Amino acid sequence: MKKTLITTTLATTLLASSLFAAIAPNTALAADYKVDVKGAHASVQFKIKHLGYSWLLGRFNTFDGNFSYDDKSPNNAKINIEIDTKSIDSNHAERDKHLKGKDFLNVSNFPKATFVSNSIKFSDDENAIVTGEFTLKGVTKTISFPVVKIGEGEDPWGGYRAGFSGTTHFKLADYGITYNLGPASTQVEMSLNIEGVRI
Amino acid sequence: MSNSILKNTENSYGLIAIMFHWLMAISIFSLFGLGLYMVELTYYDAWYKGSLDLHKNIGITLFVALMLRIVWRVVNVTPKNADESASEIEKKAAHYAHLALYGLMVFLMISGYLISTADGRAIDVFGLLSIPALPLDFANQEDIAGIIHEVLAWTLILLSAGHALAALKHHFINKNDTLVRMVKVIPRK
Repeated sequence: MKKTLITTTLATTLLASSLFAAIAPNTALAADYKVDVKGAHASVQFKIKHLGYSWLLGRFNTFDGNFSYDDKSPNNAKINIEIDTKSIDSNHAERDKHLKGKDFLNVSNFPKATFVSNSIKFSDDENAIVTGEFTLKGVTKTISFPVVKIGEGEDPWGGYRAGFSGTTHFKLADYGITYNLGPASTQVEMSLNIEGVRI
Repeated sequence: MSNSILKNTENSYGLIAIMFHWLMAISIFSLFGLGLYMVELTYYDAWYKGSLDLHKNIGITLFVALMLRIVWRVVNVTPKNADESASEIEKKAAHYAHLALYGLMVFLMISGYLISTADGRAIDVFGLLSIPALPLDFANQEDIAGIIHEVLAWTLILLSAGHALAALKHHFINKNDTLVRMVKVIPRK
């Protein structure tokens, strides 16, 4: 009887500690990162065909975000990014003015574009598919796109960093941008290259 | 052509002042129309680019003309009021309206320049010369300058319309030569 009790206690303890061990990495080691916008080790870029003859590149200069990532449980990763739409910069003021206006982003009515992840599924150590809600010009849609983990580790100044890169493309018309740029320019490609500093 | 025709006198505008007045009036109204029209053009309109280039070219030319006109106004005699019997308030109103027209023109043209040069690009004038951007800029310069440009343009056009109506009133109701002397040089009496 006594032996049984000890065994049961031991079993319970073992079970409890193994349960704890299973949960522990998610809580004790869960790492939150702040996107390093201050040091500008991150960018939000877009790319669209001009008339079908060349690529036009531009970017959003002001954005911010956070992500959490832990290589022990990568599928619990999360990310959210908020973009200030009026910071669009295609290196041409007259074009930027047009892009910020009603024909395109209508930034006075829609000052923010956001992306919030619902799930991140890693297929190996580096490659994952991110699914989440992308909001642009007041329209929210669920999008999925591949991301690649570039690397992580200590930086030379006492911090810890991790970086990712992802690219997606979508139809401008899906987000209410219907200005006619020609048949070759209905889709835009957006790339996010981010480095986060662990907080 | 003698000096008396070119320069202002006590009771008449000279030919140069008259030319400045009408050429700039026509140009400014044309630019206003062109401005309203060009912002509605879409990407695949053949004149999408050309209209903007022309607007900038004429705008820069007008700025040069405006500077010359202001110099000409300062170094020349200002003719007396065409209707000395007008009330003091009416004379003052006319005077300040004229100053406002000059001020609006100056700031309208500067605001236009600030839109196009917000990214540090120069403005090319008829392929002959290029007007560089200022070495300073401010956040969202093209947007802020754009709003100012639009508001000033409408204000200038409305004030010019009032200016024209006032001239017509002087001509048809008061029957004085306010309008006539801006159309032809009245020889010295």
